[in-house]
Amino acid sequence: MSAFDAAAGAGPSWDRQPTAGHAAGGLVSKRIIVGYGFWIFLLSDIIMFSAFFATYAVLAGATAGGPGGRELFDLHNVAIETACLLLSSFTCGIASIGARARRGSWFYGAMAATLILGAGFLFLEVREFAGLVARGAGPTRSAFLSAFFTLVGCHGLHVTAGLLWLLTMMAQVFAKGYRADILRRILCFGLFWHTLDIIWVALFTVVYLMGAGQ
Amino acid sequence: MSDSEQTGDPRNWDTAPGDEDLDGHEMAGDVGSYLVGLALATLLTVVSFFIAQTTLVWQPSIPVALAVLAIAQMGVHLVFFLHITTGPDNVNNVMALAFGVLIVLVLMTGSLWIMAHLNQNMMPMDQIMQMQR
Repeated sequence: MSAFDAAAGAGPSWDRQPTAGHAAGGLVSKRIIVGYGFWIFLLSDIIMFSAFFATYAVLAGATAGGPGGRELFDLHNVAIETACLLLSSFTCGIASIGARARRGSWFYGAMAATLILGAGFLFLEVREFAGLVARGAGPTRSAFLSAFFTLVGCHGLHVTAGLLWLLTMMAQVFAKGYRADILRRILCFGLFWHTLDIIWVALFTVVYLMGAGQ
Repeated sequence: MSDSEQTGDPRNWDTAPGDEDLDGHEMAGDVGSYLVGLALATLLTVVSFFIAQTTLVWQPSIPVALAVLAIAQMGVHLVFFLHITTGPDNVNNVMALAFGVLIVLVLMTGSLWIMAHLNQNMMPMDQIMQMQR
């Protein structure tokens, strides 16, 4: 409410007086407007993923005589991937604390750890995909595998984009310092990375754990 | 623009998602919040992987247990990593989240429901092929 009022500059001055509840009077900082806008984007991204999840759930049984999840999924590999992404979510939080406190060692160290863990996740995922294709279980084998590669690959593409964004943020802090606009971008990056981890929770539960148990 | 443009009672300020309260506090407290989130998420993940492979419980209950654990872990991530809380400074963020969850539920249940009915009511594919001959 107040974010939109402030963005539009609307409302007479008496309307900006502090009121009860969340709707504070006065201008809202740009950081809050940017964070809220990016939160809306992330929710729309989650809705896009839910469409892929619905597709996967509908097609999960359509193996066309090919291999199913029980034969294909290696839960040991998935557990390591999950650990990588969860720890990277934690280090990303440490990096955002370091950025707000303007502590270079915290920020760069935690961002580098996030980069390594995210790259490790991607490496494991690419290796899994390559192994599936080599076994003749590529996306063309059955509707189940098409939906699997679309859903998991879309998450992998998001992680790839996140890693590029991460490198950009490290370079921008290095070149421009902890300016207000750079800090807003770090806020958005942190939200993006944590949201990827939330999607991964749904993914390893629905695709791998439920798929391997069937 | 900066945070200093916010006027009025600090308790009425809005908070950006991902930000904790804007009043000054120590870094140790911030890290502690992330550590609690990491511990809870790790616990729920380990239980999920254990439940998925165990033979100790009645097998049809496993998908339900996995769904409950996943939703709990998403809640942990939202609260401790994204800092979406029920506080008065977070109403905008929570309302947006609630709308997103509504759309996700409509999309998922609607798709599964309609496709299951279509699947059930459609003639088996080999019979369709025979009719076309």
